[in-house]
Amino acid sequence: MKEVLKDLDKAFENRIRLGIMSALIVNDDLDFNALKELLGVTDGNLASHLKSLENSEYISYTKEFINRKPNTNYTATSKGAEAFRKHINAIEQLIK
Amino acid sequence: MKEKYIEDLKEIKDIMNRSTRFISLSGLSGVSTGITALIGVSLAYLLIFKQQNYLVYPAVDLNGKNLAYLLIIAIGTLMLSIGMAIFFTTSKTKKRGQNIWDSQTKRLLINLIIPLTTGGILSLMLIFKGYLGIVPPLTLIFYGLALVNGSKYTLPDIRNLGLIEIILGLIAFQLIQFSLLFWAIGFGLMQIIYGIIVQRKYKS
Repeated sequence: MKEVLKDLDKAFENRIRLGIMSALIVNDDLDFNALKELLGVTDGNLASHLKSLENSEYISYTKEFINRKPNTNYTATSKGAEAFRKHINAIEQLIK
Repeated sequence: MKEKYIEDLKEIKDIMNRSTRFISLSGLSGVSTGITALIGVSLAYLLIFKQQNYLVYPAVDLNGKNLAYLLIIAIGTLMLSIGMAIFFTTSKTKKRGQNIWDSQTKRLLINLIIPLTTGGILSLMLIFKGYLGIVPPLTLIFYGLALVNGSKYTLPDIRNLGLIEIILGLIAFQLIQFSLLFWAIGFGLMQIIYGIIVQRKYKS
């Protein structure tokens, strides 16, 4: 039991962060607006959760300009994907 | 505690589905394209078999003029079907407050278009070489393959419709004298039935 709890990731305790990660695992990349629409959250709220996932090095981003408007694309890092996989495994163990 | 994690898993699944699948597919577009296909195939049937002596086995009469009419019917049916599918799906997307041209739509369209265009070009080549009879089964098969391919990016029900179209296409190939009938079943009847199923299942 203790082993399992160790794999539960604090970063994914929050629903929005869990949502961001779920979306980035199954998509190569998503931009800020796509994530916002998908999760139905405000700009500020999403930005703060993205920042926190960036700080854990679970996601990375690239900035580009589309029609002179800045566009930020987010991708899950391999570290993030691994943490997510562990987290899901731990949940599955817990609800067995 | 346990409930929270079960909810978490549900949320993960929901987001993964919504972020990869185009779920605003309208059942009405299936029904309308089915009806259009039935009208198209009836016109084609009347054209091909119109001066038939029904006491003998129906032979297909295809001169250049009839072939031109047939192509006009085919293209007209196709245009009308695509137009209505776009109309109903766009209005459903708008109702849900979603953006029609997002990455899910693009992914779905690309995966539908590749098998469809291949089948379309091949069919045209065969028509111009005079192998008209092969075209109805072939279009069914390629349409089925396109649906199976696209189903990964939209409602999973579409996969079964695709498999049915492929099977109908293969049967139509074997029973080639009834191929127009199978074409009517596949593009007409099955589309209408699946349209109704999708419409009822995903009404909300």
